[in-house]
Amino acid sequence: MITLHQVHKAFGDNHVLRGVDLTIPKGESMVIIGGSGTGKSVMLKSVLGLVAPDAGQIIVDGQDVTTVERDAFLARFGMLFQGGALFDSLTVWQNVAFRLLRGSLKKPTEEARAIAIEKLRRVGLKENVADRFPAELSGGMQKRVGLARAIAAEPEIIFFDEPTTGLDPIMSGVINDLIREIVVEMGATAMTITHDMSSVRAIADDVAMLHDGVIQWTGDVEQMDSCGDPYVEQFINGRAEGPIEAVR
Amino acid sequence: MIVIRLIAALGSAVLGMLAAVGRVALFAGQTISHLLRPPFYFKEFGQSLITIGYFSLPVVGLTAIFTGAALALQIYEGGSRFNAESVVPSIVAIGMVRELGPVLGGLMVAARVASSIAAEIGTMKVTEQIDALVTLSTNPMKYLTVPRVLAATLAVPVLVAVGDAIGIMGGYLVGVNRLGLNSAAYLSNTVDFLEFWDIASGLVKGAVFGFIVALMGCYYGMNSGRGAQGVGRATKAAVVAASVMILASNYLLTELFFSA
Repeated sequence: MITLHQVHKAFGDNHVLRGVDLTIPKGESMVIIGGSGTGKSVMLKSVLGLVAPDAGQIIVDGQDVTTVERDAFLARFGMLFQGGALFDSLTVWQNVAFRLLRGSLKKPTEEARAIAIEKLRRVGLKENVADRFPAELSGGMQKRVGLARAIAAEPEIIFFDEPTTGLDPIMSGVINDLIREIVVEMGATAMTITHDMSSVRAIADDVAMLHDGVIQWTGDVEQMDSCGDPYVEQFINGRAEGPIEAVR
Repeated sequence: MIVIRLIAALGSAVLGMLAAVGRVALFAGQTISHLLRPPFYFKEFGQSLITIGYFSLPVVGLTAIFTGAALALQIYEGGSRFNAESVVPSIVAIGMVRELGPVLGGLMVAARVASSIAAEIGTMKVTEQIDALVTLSTNPMKYLTVPRVLAATLAVPVLVAVGDAIGIMGGYLVGVNRLGLNSAAYLSNTVDFLEFWDIASGLVKGAVFGFIVALMGCYYGMNSGRGAQGVGRATKAAVVAASVMILASNYLLTELFFSA
């Protein structure tokens, strides 16, 4: 279970998180929605320890993330980055097996390669992409490789940062379905941030809306359309008029 | 009021500079501390040794040969004013190994290596590859900074040694073929006048310059701003800082080694 309690974060004068309270139960898929620049990525990176919160507490399975032993803690996580964040200098299989080639989870090269190829197959990629470099792949294929890397070490918790950004609607659908299948199959706790409503409906068990640095609403995905919250209604219907000010 | 504003602006610039010096010193301290603690990434170290050391050989060699050649011409012309043309071999040798070899070699490596390290790590930062390393339980300081800094610290003295030899050869070629100096006398003069410490001091300078070059490349890359402009600024700042620090530390090291 992941719990955020009164998390604050500011960058200079920009107070991004102003007291975030959120609980993600174990094995559930939580999707955080909100406009661009509302602090969704900062919130996600705070849980991973990539950004240090100014105040508040983040607890993962009873452990405070600021005091936990980093390597063992991070070994439980997998993350799919918005742009893939694949390492340009490594081949596709070396990217996928990155964690299995070094550190505490190190395995023999042949075994790591076999696992990488199996994970690539799981995300719909053939073995012949394994020895290519990321720059030789299309955007959709890079996302799949990123997904394969995120699940390579069988993590208990997976984060997805804008998984469908930059993809066409069909490829977005494919990635959404893959994420849902993998999360269910692995029984992992998932946290996704997105502003793509098709992703929300495909991936989420629960939804939380972040606006003005706080969680405006959270609840079951099936309650989202009838929740009555003006912020959520404006966002999911894409209206320019409403409590969320649109910059024109 | 204007005076107060001027003093405030000066104060803020000095504070900013001191803060930057502090950040670089902390970064250097962290690098050295990670250098001494496992895990060690030998493959990344080997790759850095090749890209920083081996691939810098042509540019360092070309710089050295032309510098040695020009030095021989200058010293011959200057020495002839008081009939001291015979000092050409010894001054070319001492000038190359003590000063010009390490400083020009260091500056050429700064231009070639600090820029490429800053651009590569800066791009990795803006495309979230550094964050990805952290989530994959890999410390970016250990994986990216330590191998590059260690490789540059070890490779640049070797480049300087090769540059010294090529520079002396450049002086020899001009001295013998263009200025008509005796070949055997040129070589024996070079060997007789060079002392062990002349060469060793230049190599120590090379190691310090190598450390500075890779450190600046990594520091500015890791602290790169967003987008193409951020990476461009980081690259420029890395080369400027490395070059200035090479020249400043060269003076300090020369004071340390040779002031009587």
